[in-house]
Amino acid sequence: MSKKETKLNLKSNWDLAPSLESTSHVKLKNKYDLFIGGKWVKPSSGKYFDTINPATEEKLASIANGNKKDVDLAVKAARKAYDTTWSKLSGKERGKYIFRIARIMQEKAKELAVVETLDGGKPIRESRDIDIPLAANHFFYYAGWADKLDYAFPNRNPKSLGVAGQITPWNFPLLMAAWKIAPALACGNTVVLKPAETTSLTTLLLAEIIEEAGLPAGVVNIVTGAGDTGAEIVNHSGIDKIAFTGSTGVGKIIQNAIAGTDKKITLELGGKAANIVFEDAPLDQAVEGIVNGIFFNQGHVCCAGSRLLVQESVYDIVLRKLKDRMESLIVGNPIDKNTDIGAINSKSQLDTINHYIKLGKEEGAEIYQPEGKLDKKGYWCKPTLFTGVAQSNRIVQEEIFGPVLAIQTFRTIEEAITKANNTPYGLSAGVWTDKGSKIFNMTSQLRAGIVWANTFNKFDPTSPFGGYKESGFGREGGLHGLEAYLSFEN
Amino acid sequence: MSRIEVLKTYKMYIGGKFPRTESGRYYSLKNTKGEEIANMCTGSRKDFRNAVVEARKAFELWSNRTAYNRSQILYRIAEMLEGRKAQFIDELMQIGSTKKQAENEVFTSIDRLIYYAGWADKYQQISSSVNPVSGPYFNFTIQEPTGVVAVIAPEENGLIGLVSTIAPIIVSGNSCIVLASESKALCSVSFAEVVNSSDVPGGVINILTGNAEELIPHFSTHKDVNSMLYCGNDKKATQLIKENSTTNLKRIVVKKDIDWMKNENESPYFITKFTEVKTTWHPIEKIGASGSGY
Repeated sequence: MSKKETKLNLKSNWDLAPSLESTSHVKLKNKYDLFIGGKWVKPSSGKYFDTINPATEEKLASIANGNKKDVDLAVKAARKAYDTTWSKLSGKERGKYIFRIARIMQEKAKELAVVETLDGGKPIRESRDIDIPLAANHFFYYAGWADKLDYAFPNRNPKSLGVAGQITPWNFPLLMAAWKIAPALACGNTVVLKPAETTSLTTLLLAEIIEEAGLPAGVVNIVTGAGDTGAEIVNHSGIDKIAFTGSTGVGKIIQNAIAGTDKKITLELGGKAANIVFEDAPLDQAVEGIVNGIFFNQGHVCCAGSRLLVQESVYDIVLRKLKDRMESLIVGNPIDKNTDIGAINSKSQLDTINHYIKLGKEEGAEIYQPEGKLDKKGYWCKPTLFTGVAQSNRIVQEEIFGPVLAIQTFRTIEEAITKANNTPYGLSAGVWTDKGSKIFNMTSQLRAGIVWANTFNKFDPTSPFGGYKESGFGREGGLHGLEAYLSFEN
Repeated sequence: MSRIEVLKTYKMYIGGKFPRTESGRYYSLKNTKGEEIANMCTGSRKDFRNAVVEARKAFELWSNRTAYNRSQILYRIAEMLEGRKAQFIDELMQIGSTKKQAENEVFTSIDRLIYYAGWADKYQQISSSVNPVSGPYFNFTIQEPTGVVAVIAPEENGLIGLVSTIAPIIVSGNSCIVLASESKALCSVSFAEVVNSSDVPGGVINILTGNAEELIPHFSTHKDVNSMLYCGNDKKATQLIKENSTTNLKRIVVKKDIDWMKNENESPYFITKFTEVKTTWHPIEKIGASGSGY
């Protein structure tokens, strides 16, 4: 007996009244200086750049443009703090400072969430429920490791490295700062961090929180700026360790730049994750997982499920359910609690995404986008599907970093594994099936650092994150995340 | 005219409430000068049995909380204790500590709570394992809390002994019934007040006052108590507890001659003493291959 399929008629009057998160309690300064040696200092060049709200193209604040001289000051401040205070503190006392950071972040969570959304364009629901609580949780988790490192690495006598140079991306600005700063401090290092130039604000608010928590001056230094500022950190001889999250291209440049040094390095780079749906999967849940996998944070996610592999027997039904679901996604004002897909982070990223969409069409793939109008102001991209793609197509091989999904089919489990593993990347993968034994078969054969089974884009401070192959090396999160910030006797 | 001080009635802590003992009995607590400073409850068998019922109920709730949540709640106890440190220092001094000793004991107690708060979402990471069995199975071993733990707290410390035994027991999800130090019970009761204002669900920590010799037979024979911690040097009591544990195969942990003020007496292995080890086998589908595990 066939069950009658019912579907909401979205052409009827389904517009939701706006539900805007209040921004009145947010106190942003007009101008942000560099945070060096526990003080807010003007950039030596005297230059500032604008940070804008990508949903309105309006300026939010001026951000200091740090240069070589500023980076040098920051590294020296970090070294001094390392030598005179931080490396001399007991693990217990270090931990208590880090717990303080976690607690103040929890207290200011709402403000941080609103600023994250204004500056980066992500839906307030995501910054409120995911980015900010997870960032605080990261500090909480690593605070507890500070006095327990010998248990994490028995018989290895773990020691701090010194000054860590850290460069974070624009897709999860505060969360990535937490991923980097929390383990670095817990392991006894001091930090010079550069946030991405389009999303500096929450990292600067974090600097204010660190100040409020009373950390010794120079333990954490924030130098804002663009790629050339980051290069100064990478190349500075006073840096003992580089932690970078960003594109594979830049990651390779960094690895090359420090090849002649003893700097320790971890790279968390791009991805092109396969989200694999078997015919025995709970299809409605799988469709939700596909949507979450690729449209979460506008697809600005290194581990996004940007390739969908569907078993041929359920292809038609999955595609129809997916298109139906996409029709109900709300693209628009990120500060609106109804919004599913916010603003693209920057004009240049929107150009990149549009370039790939054009390329996909030129490669002969079939495009699908739901109907609906986009705002004139701001940077927007509709959720986009490509069907009829080949494994060799660039939209299948390359990271787009936007809400663009390429769909392929497979018949056998071997074919799914071959296709899933057939990119230079290896960050994450998803598997959807009701059969547990099949899940573990897949997880044992997928060449990826994280495999989600019947879920996607789940993160936790206790769970290591990082890639195989050209998605980078080293792990952030969990016990394994400590290793990146320690040296060992053996 | 000088103001007349209001004196506190020291009660016990059972199921998130502060009852007096059902037996109506009390004993006098004296300060170093031999002056009576409080009438403490002499807890009875019935009080203990009531506490076990509450602890069992709380265990279901508490062990199902996320490790992160338990971590934050232990941290919250430390925050509350920090805010009331003056009171605890004063109480410890009343029963014989110098100011410096009292401060040390309170600060070490706060830090110890934070130490164990940190282990909540970590102890599994150093004690669980994935086992490379010879066959197509995903086989892993984890720890789970034992259940309800009865504790005879160290007699010689009022606060640090209590904190050092309660924290590692509850951090994994156990609930407990603790008999406080008889001679230094003053801040044990005040500690219950701190616990009560720290988002710890009622029944997770139950604190009784009274006489160890009287209560040990009941603690060690109760069939709904899964594990018992005895802190003390009494050989006869130790033997009795071990013998009685056979009624329901209680896991018995004995801690003798421990200086709880020392950091070497805090350990993740103290947490795992109050856990059970569970191994799960899950098949891995291997098509056309001999197949191995993880």
